[in-house]
Amino acid sequence: MSVLVVADHDLGALSPATARVIHAVSELGPIDLLVIGQDIDAVAAEAARVAGVTRVLVAKGASSSDADASLIAALAEPYHYIVQSAGSVGKDRMPRVAAKLDLMPVTDVVKVLGPTRFERPIYAGNAVQTVSDGQARHVLTIRASAFRAAAGGNDAPIEVIENSAASAARLIAAHRTESDTPDLATAQIVVGGGVALGSAENFQLIEQLAKKLGAAIGATRAAVDAGYAPNDWQVGQTGKIIAPDLYIAIGISGALQHLAGIQGAKKIVAINADPEAPLVKLADLALIGDLFEIIPQLLVELDKAGLKRD
Amino acid sequence: MKILVAIKRVVDHNVRIRVRPDGTGVETSGVRMSMNPFCKHAVEAAMQLSEAGHGDEIVIVSIGPKASNDVILTALAMGAHRGILIETDAELETLAIAKLLAKVVAEENPDIVLLGKQAVDDDSNHVGQMLAALTDRPQATFASEIKVVGQGIEVTREVDSGRETIAIPLPAIVTADLRLNTPRNAALPMVMKARSKPLAVRPVAEFGVDLTPRLTIEKVSPPAERAAGKSVASATELAAYIATEVSQMEAL
Ligand SMILES: Cc1cc2nc3c(=O)[nH]c(=O)nc-3n(C[C@H](O)[C@H](O)[C@H](O)COP(=O)(O)OP(=O)(O)OC[C@H]3O[C@@H](n4cnc5c(N)ncnc54)[C@H](O)[C@@H]3O)c2cc1C
Ligand SMILES: Nc1ncnc2c1ncn2[C@@H]1O[C@H](COP(=O)(O)O)[C@@H](O)[C@H]1O
Repeated sequence: MSVLVVADHDLGALSPATARVIHAVSELGPIDLLVIGQDIDAVAAEAARVAGVTRVLVAKGASSSDADASLIAALAEPYHYIVQSAGSVGKDRMPRVAAKLDLMPVTDVVKVLGPTRFERPIYAGNAVQTVSDGQARHVLTIRASAFRAAAGGNDAPIEVIENSAASAARLIAAHRTESDTPDLATAQIVVGGGVALGSAENFQLIEQLAKKLGAAIGATRAAVDAGYAPNDWQVGQTGKIIAPDLYIAIGISGALQHLAGIQGAKKIVAINADPEAPLVKLADLALIGDLFEIIPQLLVELDKAGLKRD
Repeated sequence: MKILVAIKRVVDHNVRIRVRPDGTGVETSGVRMSMNPFCKHAVEAAMQLSEAGHGDEIVIVSIGPKASNDVILTALAMGAHRGILIETDAELETLAIAKLLAKVVAEENPDIVLLGKQAVDDDSNHVGQMLAALTDRPQATFASEIKVVGQGIEVTREVDSGRETIAIPLPAIVTADLRLNTPRNAALPMVMKARSKPLAVRPVAEFGVDLTPRLTIEKVSPPAERAAGKSVASATELAAYIATEVSQMEAL
């Protein structure tokens, strides 16, 4: 039984999701880690250090869903598992890989119960399926937030492989969100803001609090749609799935689709004007009141408590 | 230009679903059903392309039970021209859905196929990408903007790092994200008119696709419940709680 994991990387660095995916599938067999892209030498070097990786395969060239899917499908033959995180790249690419191989994928896996048995959430996390996959090979995407990261300290060999796959797509522009906050999907603390913030300017209150706590920033769809926060901060069924130790939800009602993204949070704190808001009911700790009064007070109180992680 | 839009009938996204006590699935009988929200954005996108002079014909296809006629009628009322219902009472896997849609693509030969990015029941997020593989067409998933430029399209996609714009040639597959547009509500005269538009009902067996499931759903369970929490009265108490949580985190 052998495993091909496809790495996630961004801006020349291995994404934190990859070490978690490796850990998630570490029981399934020896792991080859495939890195596809341009300027990926540093990524490959980082990939080689992840514990549990037998070999790093490096395929150089522009990455795009059609070409990558062709490359991965061509490499798939010797592997029993083909795996990537359920981030936007894995979601885009792995179903295409699966269909090319005439396989039904199992996606958004949150638990590996055994070699062919997996758990995945459906209905925005309001139900959990236990799936058994009797196919000869398995295409999986893994929710990184549901697993811990594999350790470092490895020194796996790196092999450059031929990549002649061509894409019909051309990248015209990347509109990135400039932010020095931690990766949302793997952050220990997340501060989330809702549409109650009222403006992009006011949303900076959330950013200030996040900065003080060394936290990543999340937002509701309503806040993103209103232009208060960039789309890649959206948490929920259609946004990112988070599982921090602490989630602080401010001015967020707790719609089903938002809750879908935070079920893995260990502790939830809610700040809301409405004691009946679903998120308040669900929170481990709630403070009822006006966020515009509470956040400034909280910033001061955290200073007094000597808390500083920025 | 011809546009094919694939739409799915699902439990309405506002319904709080209930897992059947015997673990066989989610209760869907007697529950309000409607068009998958992402599919609505796909239909709206087709309408806007057509209104901008890029779509002569919009064909809607849905795979599901007889009652899926409802969601096709909704799409026809939004302005689409004709519908196809591929009728089956079986719950099909996404791979089978994609294979059926590939047959429809072979028959209809559309320039653009629009789908939702995911169905909010199974939350799979597969079918568009699978259809692209099976028809060997380029794909642009999670679209928040679609522009026709020359012989191709430029699509802005919502990705983990923000947004990116790609250019792909036609024919192509595009899946719609929620920020693509605001779906219209059909006016009553359009609803009346929809009933007179062509709607072909075709049994699934006609397509000769092997629909045998590849996966076994052993059981469906409710998610773990969270323990009840408490509330505090001041920012001071809240700060103390956060400080304790953080120091516990750092101790690990
Ligand atoms: C298919 C689909 C997918 C979706 N996907 C997502 C998703 O991925 N993520 C997501 O978040 N949403 C998603 N949504 C939207 C979701 O249904 C809700 O509309 C959204 O989450 C609401 O955001 P909100 O909590 O910011 O706003 P609201 O629901 O309007 O809540 C605002 C809250 O702020 C409180 N408030 C107001 N003023 C103050 C104040 N001064 N101080 C303190 N509290 C205050 C109110 O009491 C209220 O609880 C999706 C919807 C659909 C249909
Ligand atoms: N039964 C179906 N009939 C028609 N289209 C479907 C069906 N199932 C899925 N789709 C399309 O594929 C998209 C993604 O669905 P999924 O991959 O199941 O999350 C949906 O938004 C629809 O556009």
